[in-house]
Amino acid sequence: MTDFNEIQQDIVEEFSVFEDWLDRYNYLIELGNDLPTIDPQYRTSEYLINGCQSKVWLHADLVDGKLEFKADSDAIIVKGIVALLVKLMNGRTPAEIMENELFFIDGIGLRQNLSPTRSNGLLAMVKKMRLYAMAYQVKEQKTKNHE
Amino acid sequence: MGLNIEQIRNDFPILQQQVYNKPLIYMDNGATTHKPQVVIDTVREIQEKQNSSIHRGIHYLSEQMTSRYEAARETVRAFINAASSQEIIFTSGATGSVNAVAFSFGEKYVSDGDEILISEMEHHSNIVPWQMLCERKGAQLKVIPFDENGELQLDRLDDLLTDKTRIVALTHASNSLGTINPVKEVIRRAHEREIPVLLDGAQMVQHGAVDVRELDCDFYLFSSHKIFGPTGSGVLYGKEALLEELPPYQGGGDMVDQVTFEGTTYNTLPFKFEAGTSNYTGAIGLATALDYLHSVGIEEIGRYEQELIRHTMEKLKGVDRLKIYGEAKHRISVFSFLLENIHPYDADMILDKMGIAVRTGTHCTQPVMDHFGISGTIRASLVFYNTMEEVDQLVEGIHRTIQMLS
Repeated sequence: MTDFNEIQQDIVEEFSVFEDWLDRYNYLIELGNDLPTIDPQYRTSEYLINGCQSKVWLHADLVDGKLEFKADSDAIIVKGIVALLVKLMNGRTPAEIMENELFFIDGIGLRQNLSPTRSNGLLAMVKKMRLYAMAYQVKEQKTKNHE
Repeated sequence: MGLNIEQIRNDFPILQQQVYNKPLIYMDNGATTHKPQVVIDTVREIQEKQNSSIHRGIHYLSEQMTSRYEAARETVRAFINAASSQEIIFTSGATGSVNAVAFSFGEKYVSDGDEILISEMEHHSNIVPWQMLCERKGAQLKVIPFDENGELQLDRLDDLLTDKTRIVALTHASNSLGTINPVKEVIRRAHEREIPVLLDGAQMVQHGAVDVRELDCDFYLFSSHKIFGPTGSGVLYGKEALLEELPPYQGGGDMVDQVTFEGTTYNTLPFKFEAGTSNYTGAIGLATALDYLHSVGIEEIGRYEQELIRHTMEKLKGVDRLKIYGEAKHRISVFSFLLENIHPYDADMILDKMGIAVRTGTHCTQPVMDHFGISGTIRASLVFYNTMEEVDQLVEGIHRTIQMLS
C-alpha cells in the first residue's frame, strides 16, 4: 500500500493545480458525490460527530488488522473533505493512523479557509478517527494477551 | 433627494476591501454593521486625547469626558424621542438591556404563578432572560405564535393577555424573518389591561425612525454595534415613572448615593442603573453614529431601503428552487431563504469564496427554525450602504451555487 505521507503529498499536489477556490470546492463536491452514502444504521446520533455545524457520521470496522471507515455528511463540501480523510485512513493499521501526522489539511489550505467552527469540526473528525484506531488497538492487544 | 450610495460607501473604510481577490459584498448586517470613518475617528480620538473616567474627577479631562458622555445620552434621547435623558440608560448592548429589565422588573413585579408574554420569533436574548426570571420566581412563559408568512397571530393576543400577565416582551423587527411587528396594536391592547410592554429594537433602529413616545412602549432597547456604532455598548429606554420604581440590577460604583456597612442608598436615574465605570467610549461612539445617520437622513434611508427590499424580493422570487422564510407585508431588509436540496452551509461556503458575506444557521432564533421544521437558513441582511448591484451579484452567486451543487 502506498505510503501514508505519499498519499497526503498527492492530495496537496492535486489541489495545487486549482487557482480558484471555487474549483477546489468543485473538486470536493465531486469527491463528496463519489463517496457512497453511509448505511442507515450508522446515520444515527450515536455515530454523529460533535463539533461540526453540518452533520457528519463516522463508523469504523477492523478487518484483518486494518481499519475500514464509513463516513457521510449532509453537506456535500464537508462530505468531500470526509472522502479525503477516508481515502487516506482506509486500509491502515491502528498504529499507522495514530503515529502519522496529518499535514494535507494545512497543505491544501483547508484549515485557513474554513471558519474556526468548521475547522474545529474537521479536527473533531480526525480525532474521532484516531479514537477508533486507539480503541481497536487496545482491543487487539487484549486479544493477544489472552492467547 | 435620493441617497448617493457611492458617496456613502466611501464613509465606510471596511467596505473598500477585497476578499479572495473579489470586492467584499457584506450582507451580514443583522449580525453587526460597519462603522463610518467619523465613528472610528471618535473612538481613536478619545483614546488618544481625552480618555478619563466619567462622573469621578473634577480635573479637566474627566470634566470633558463626563460632558461628552452626558451629551451622548441627550443625542440618544433625541434619536428615539424620549421625554427625558434620565430615561436613557447605557448598557453593554441589547442583551444587557433585556437582562437588566428581566432582573429589576422581575424582582419588583413578578411572583409565583405570574405570566410573561413573548413571541415565537424572539431572538434568544429576548427569551432566555425571561425563562431565567420564570425559573427564579415560579412564573410561566407564554408565547404569541406567528403564521406561515412570519406575521404575529394577533387574534391569539386577547387569550394570551390575562390577569396574570406582568409584562409583554416583543421584538420590534425579527432578525430572522424580517417581520416588522404591529407593535402599536400590541401595546394598545396590553395597556388596556395595564400591562407594560418592552420592545427589542435591535433590528429596527438602523432601518428607520423610532419614536418611543408615539409608540407608547414602556421599555425600548437596542445595541450600538448594529447601528454603526462601536461594539459593547447599548441602550435601555424606560418610562421614568417605571424606572424610578425598579430596584437596581447591579451594584457598584457610580450607582450609589451613600454607602456604609449598615446599608446603601442609591443614586438617582439614570445612574442607578449604571454601576461601575461605564463604556463611555462606546456611548460617545454610538452618539457619533446617530449624528452620522441624521446627516445622511433617516427618512431617506427608510425610503431607499424600501426600494432595496422591493428589488431583493423580486430578484429572490425569480430564483427557481429558492424558498423565502418570512414574507410579512411590513418588513426590514433581512431575508432568510433556503435552496432546495442544498445544505445551507454548502451554499454559504461557496458564496463566501465569491466575496459575499451572508449568515447561515439559526440566527439565535431556534424556535423560528422549529416552526418551519428546518435546521437553519441562509440570511442576507442589508442596510443602506448595500446597493442594487450587490443584490444582483448575490442572486448571480446563488445561481452559480445551485449550478455547482446540482
